[in-house]
Amino acid sequence: MTTTEKAPEQATAVVPDFGEDESERKIAFVASKGTLDMAYPALVMANAALGEGIETHIFFTFWGMDIINKKTMGDLKFTPIANPATHMPAALTPLPGVTAMATHQMRKQLEELDVPDVPEFLQLIADAGGHLWACKMSVDMMKLTDDDLFDEVEGIISATDFIELIDGAQTMFI
Amino acid sequence: MPVTTIGGKEVHVDDEGFMTNYDEWDEELAKQLAKNIGIDELTEEHWRVIKFLREDFKETGETPTLRRVSTVGGFPTKELFKLFPKKPAKKMSYIAGLPKPHGCV
Repeated sequence: MTTTEKAPEQATAVVPDFGEDESERKIAFVASKGTLDMAYPALVMANAALGEGIETHIFFTFWGMDIINKKTMGDLKFTPIANPATHMPAALTPLPGVTAMATHQMRKQLEELDVPDVPEFLQLIADAGGHLWACKMSVDMMKLTDDDLFDEVEGIISATDFIELIDGAQTMFI
Repeated sequence: MPVTTIGGKEVHVDDEGFMTNYDEWDEELAKQLAKNIGIDELTEEHWRVIKFLREDFKETGETPTLRRVSTVGGFPTKELFKLFPKKPAKKMSYIAGLPKPHGCV
């Protein structure tokens, strides 16, 4: 009696869907706030989107300019003033030193989680292929020039330019 | 937990297809996993990254995030996006036979 060797059954391999069909997906963030705690949401999500292979843009406008202004980007602050989520007695929050202390605390927490500081995070996003844009009106209002901005900022563009650019993108305003 | 056959070997994978048993992985399998996701040839650079992932997982019990691969492993982010296009974190962990990373950054 002969036995025929059965070829190993080639079950269809379960291959993760790396979503090549999603390559058209596009995400845009409008970063309009310049505090430490409001800078991170855009940076974290933009970085996550890039890791998913999604075309990603961040438009920095108004106070968000502080995130890409070389003079301020390394020194963003977090304040508990008018922020009940810190659960501090409201009357204490405007006292001298409270903002500095809260900022220090938040930086420490971020560092413990190995989250990069703002300039390094922006570099990471640029290295991952993210697009950084400065709002022209804010640049004019604040009398800034290209030289004042983080080197990886691709351009100073108008609101109209940005709207054209993000055609079809999922957009978040922060 | 689904069992699938990759390169003639039975391996345990999760619902998405990431391997779940560290010891079922070997280099031959890695080549096949890479082919599955369109990376036809693993270069020396690919192998260095994959080996870092395997080592780091063994030490920490977690798949390193992209940032960790770059800061601790010393592989520049740009390079990782070239080696494992579009979704480097997921692709490299898939080839290294590890779960996808869970960290946010």
